[in-house]
Amino acid sequence: MQELTARRIRQIVLRESKRANVGHIGSCLCVADILAVLYGHVLRIDAPDDPDRDRFILSKGHSALALFAALALKGWIAESALTTFCGDDSLFSVHPEARLPGVDFSTGSLGQGLCMAAGAALAARLQGSGRRIFCLISDAECNEGSVWEATMFAAHHRLDNLTVILDWNGQQAFGRTRDVIDCANLAERWQAFGWLTSDVDGHSHAALSDALMRSGPPGSRQPHIILARTVFGKGVSYMEQGIPLTQTHLRVEPINWHYLPMSDAEYQIAVSETESL
Amino acid sequence: MRQAFIRTLCDLAAEDDRIFLLTGDLGYMVMEPFRDRFPRRFFNVGVAEQNMIGIATGMAEAGLRPYAYSIAPFAVLRPFEFIRNGPVLHNLPVRIVGMGMGFDYGHAGPTHYALEDIATLRTLPGLAIVVPADSHQAAAAIRQTANLERPVYYSLGKDDHQSVPNLGGRFAQGKIQIVRTGGDIALVTMGSVSAEVVAAADRLSAVGVEATVAIVSGFSPDPVPDISELLSGFRFAISIEAQTNTGGLGAFVSTVIASESLQCRLKVLAVYHSPDGTSGSQSERWRKYGLDRESIMRNTLALMGKTSE
Repeated sequence: MQELTARRIRQIVLRESKRANVGHIGSCLCVADILAVLYGHVLRIDAPDDPDRDRFILSKGHSALALFAALALKGWIAESALTTFCGDDSLFSVHPEARLPGVDFSTGSLGQGLCMAAGAALAARLQGSGRRIFCLISDAECNEGSVWEATMFAAHHRLDNLTVILDWNGQQAFGRTRDVIDCANLAERWQAFGWLTSDVDGHSHAALSDALMRSGPPGSRQPHIILARTVFGKGVSYMEQGIPLTQTHLRVEPINWHYLPMSDAEYQIAVSETESL
Repeated sequence: MRQAFIRTLCDLAAEDDRIFLLTGDLGYMVMEPFRDRFPRRFFNVGVAEQNMIGIATGMAEAGLRPYAYSIAPFAVLRPFEFIRNGPVLHNLPVRIVGMGMGFDYGHAGPTHYALEDIATLRTLPGLAIVVPADSHQAAAAIRQTANLERPVYYSLGKDDHQSVPNLGGRFAQGKIQIVRTGGDIALVTMGSVSAEVVAAADRLSAVGVEATVAIVSGFSPDPVPDISELLSGFRFAISIEAQTNTGGLGAFVSTVIASESLQCRLKVLAVYHSPDGTSGSQSERWRKYGLDRESIMRNTLALMGKTSE
């Protein structure tokens, strides 16, 4: 088995995105550190079919390739199988499919994962299990009202076995969050809803690890949200800056790397930059 | 069927501790027996139907058997995509219970009518659909489908006392139930309007027209062989449903007639217009939308060429 590092996740993301000639690269790169910490040493999963394993729900399903990379590095899926990513009749699509070992829930439609996570957390408690539920959502996903339905439910039922990581990259599918639906005060919002909140650098493994180990004051029994401040396209300078190196007719804006596939030249630069991360 | 539902669910829950009941804040004078008997297995999730289906999905993945209850349009139409991507995509044994068939909530107005739930959910082949015609059939159907490993939708009527003559609590997935036989025309119906159809058949008999009345009590599996066999023996058929005319019972029967090349002429009685904002009792709504016994009778005679209509 290979070492599970954020660098390896990024390398796999770049390689398979290039092979498949698809986008969503920026979204995958910005959660590579979060997934590396989760799958590196936080999630307690002896085997992906163990009923009492911790659950992880990638509610922002469009980062599935980064999840596939982590699962391959765990050895639960063959890394060679990733060559079918975005191929015909493949289980490896842009969004995760629960039929794959290690994928607990299929996602892709924003605003649904946290609801399922709250149900999973409730079930764990009802069954007297110590398993924990982790759910990765995005800032733009909070536009969906169902996120707040689940947020209220989890607080009311004191689901302290539920931890949400919010990928706070400031970007959404057709604009920046501050221009579309501003959500600058996410910590205050979740605190008002009764959650424990942590506000961390989403690329600092130490900060993420500390936050993931944190729990509320004794007896508080609060669900926990970690607001992980991330950089869209993290690790590839031109993606972080929203520069389409090859398609120079496009405006410079981060949204480009939500959609664009990489040219050969762009791929070479991306690989070389992530090597030196 | 409300009392039949909660009574049956209590019986099932006593035998199966995986059963939980969720409600979207509805069920006053329905839920109490379950809530009081199994307080730790009852959750009012609040007025949040999308979340309710998501919660149920998360619970079912862990091996539980959640029943998610609300008034039918809120249970189905609001969270439709959650149903599609949750229990159906994951093939999990979530049970969705929609209360109020057709115009059951007549005076509550169009927001509460369930005229599209069956057609909408028929677009999801992985979801079993159960549409009982009375309380006895509801109890039998809920019990018979309790151990299905796949998701189920129950469309239930409010009325606890109405009974379809000769149905006798019969139910089988993928089968129809014949409650009256006659050689002139087949009346195919489903849900709580079934009793009205039997009443129409009795009136037709008085004027010399003998009707068979067949109850369709579910889809997926669709009762294709039964409907095909039934209608191969008739030149005329009428389908009657308190649903809009697209995608529901009439559409199903039409497809069987066409695909099996049956020589049977079909008239679809259903709701052909968007609600006009008015409300009224269920029986008044049936009259208004042409689903009452007089309308069924009139359409039967017209279809058979026995009147000028």
